[in-house]
Amino acid sequence: MHNAKHTSAAQQFGMHRATHRDPKLVQWGLTLAALLTISVLIVIPLVNVFYQAFAGGLPTYWENLVRDSDTLNSILLTLAVAPLAVVANLVFGLAAAWAITRFQFPGRSLLTALIDLPFSVSPVVAGLMLMLLFGLQGYFGPWLQEHNWKIIFSTPGLILATCFVTLPFVARELIPVMEAIGPEEEIAAISLGADGWQMFWRVTLPNIKWGLLYGVILCNARAMGEFGAVYVVSGHITGRTDTMPLRVEKLFQEYNNPGSFAVASLLTLLALVTLIVKVLLERKTRLELAEAARVVHTPGEAS
Amino acid sequence: MSISVKNITKRFGDFTALDNVSVEVPTGSLLALLGPSGSGKTTLLRIIAGLEIADSGSVLCQDEDVTHHSARQRNVGFVFQHYALFRHMNVFENVAFGMRVRKQPKKLISERVRELLHLVRLEGLERRYPAQLSGGQRQRIALARALAIQPKVLLLDEPFGALDAKVRQELRNWLRRLHDEIHTTSVFVTHDQEEAFEVADKVVVMNQGRVEQAGAPHEVFERPANPFVMDFLGNVNVFHGRVQNGRALVGGLEVDCPEYPHQESRPATMYVRPHELEIEHSPNGAASLKARVERINSAGSIAKVFLLAVEFPVGLNVEISPERYGELGLKAGDTVYVSPRKVRVFVPEYVI
Repeated sequence: MHNAKHTSAAQQFGMHRATHRDPKLVQWGLTLAALLTISVLIVIPLVNVFYQAFAGGLPTYWENLVRDSDTLNSILLTLAVAPLAVVANLVFGLAAAWAITRFQFPGRSLLTALIDLPFSVSPVVAGLMLMLLFGLQGYFGPWLQEHNWKIIFSTPGLILATCFVTLPFVARELIPVMEAIGPEEEIAAISLGADGWQMFWRVTLPNIKWGLLYGVILCNARAMGEFGAVYVVSGHITGRTDTMPLRVEKLFQEYNNPGSFAVASLLTLLALVTLIVKVLLERKTRLELAEAARVVHTPGEAS
Repeated sequence: MSISVKNITKRFGDFTALDNVSVEVPTGSLLALLGPSGSGKTTLLRIIAGLEIADSGSVLCQDEDVTHHSARQRNVGFVFQHYALFRHMNVFENVAFGMRVRKQPKKLISERVRELLHLVRLEGLERRYPAQLSGGQRQRIALARALAIQPKVLLLDEPFGALDAKVRQELRNWLRRLHDEIHTTSVFVTHDQEEAFEVADKVVVMNQGRVEQAGAPHEVFERPANPFVMDFLGNVNVFHGRVQNGRALVGGLEVDCPEYPHQESRPATMYVRPHELEIEHSPNGAASLKARVERINSAGSIAKVFLLAVEFPVGLNVEISPERYGELGLKAGDTVYVSPRKVRVFVPEYVI
């Protein structure tokens, strides 16, 4: 009796599942199409970058990166520009997210919209805007030359351009996190006698650290890979203002494929590392958000 | 440490949250700010704590004017409605926070935290995180954290608002006992009149940014100052009638109203609590209303009878004891006579 019932239930379950299943052909067809697209668009080019870079063997690869002083310079320049831009945007992002999520002030929604502007403006246009401001023919150009300050065609210009393009990353990451967490813990810290810095270091920062790190990682990836805006303000002075992406392009134009792909592989490697860290951090921030959004109330015993 | 709040006004844009509010909290007392949401009670509490700045008026602690002191200088303990425990700190660190930011010696901190966890009966949970605690436990940790800074005043914002009924009741009794033990001057905000009456020494009823009435719980309940207080403090039957020559009239019901001895007839409102109405099978000579029994709810410690007046369309809520209910043998459809034992008549302000 029991057995019979069990079987019928299983049959019912089986039937129920079958009605919701697509035909085998559709399943396999769709899976294959997806795999094909990913292979052609992502996997093959990605593998090819490394294949081309290592085509001449590991020693040649190393030579292409280090022996060419211009290439080495571009790597060092990127390693200097990107962190500086990241630090600038870290400070800006924190301040902006703080202002937007913790205060009501006129122009609050305007600020929120402005933060997104660099996402919608073409990087080339961003570069041109900087030229218009700081270039020789620009508004501040003559004054800067008088005081012997160089911004365009030198490192400060590269940093400014990178900052502009990566402006939204940290703030965009932090705003939802800080909104979900809410100001209550910070107010509690103040009520317990903490001053502003104590509140920030002991309460705010530990709560947002994963979101912040995530924003920084994304910002860094974009800063290292930035091409358009930097292209305009750099003036392509080989060995002086060429960052890694600019160097890749120049080597490619000079038909130095192994050299070009060697630098490209380094950039790709950075991207892959970023991706892995991003996935790990995403999991962390998701947990953090879920924790913050969780209803505070859980029924339980009082004593 | 006593607190006096003097003529506090606070506006948020066009909205007046507090309108010239004054409240006295005697030393060592437990005071309840009672009112519906939007009455300004939480804003007042936050102004006392220094978390909000009043537009005008002053806050005095004992005799010291603390209006312009920061939250840190005021040294008040604040317990938040949703606890606001630091989620990334364990229980020990949460309770220790106020002492850590004051740079107190480690040994003193751990001693005091242990003491406080004993006081709130949560010893052994030092290493737990807020997410691992029940609602009631979190609320008590929030209280221990507020007490750790040895506050001059303890402020609690809807302390039991987010808890379920049973835990609420237990924590309520526990808070009262705790207060009797430590005697810290305390103010708590609630919208639950039962909670206010059960726990507080003094109740301040607020509405739309004003204080409607302040006094001991029984005073406020027995002698409500105005219709709002009457209405807010529990169920009430409302009758609209007229007053003249010290008598109030509603349908066939006539009661004394010595507050209005004038000859001119004026509209007035009568308020009678459900337990102040009596049901009889026949008119007993006293002023009474003829009514029909509509519905009876006899589950619980009292029997609730819903009636409809026969002569004019007004519903009546009456509460009688189960014994009385048994005596009367009421059932739906019966015609009975309802007479009030006690009536409050409010004559609207005379406006010229």
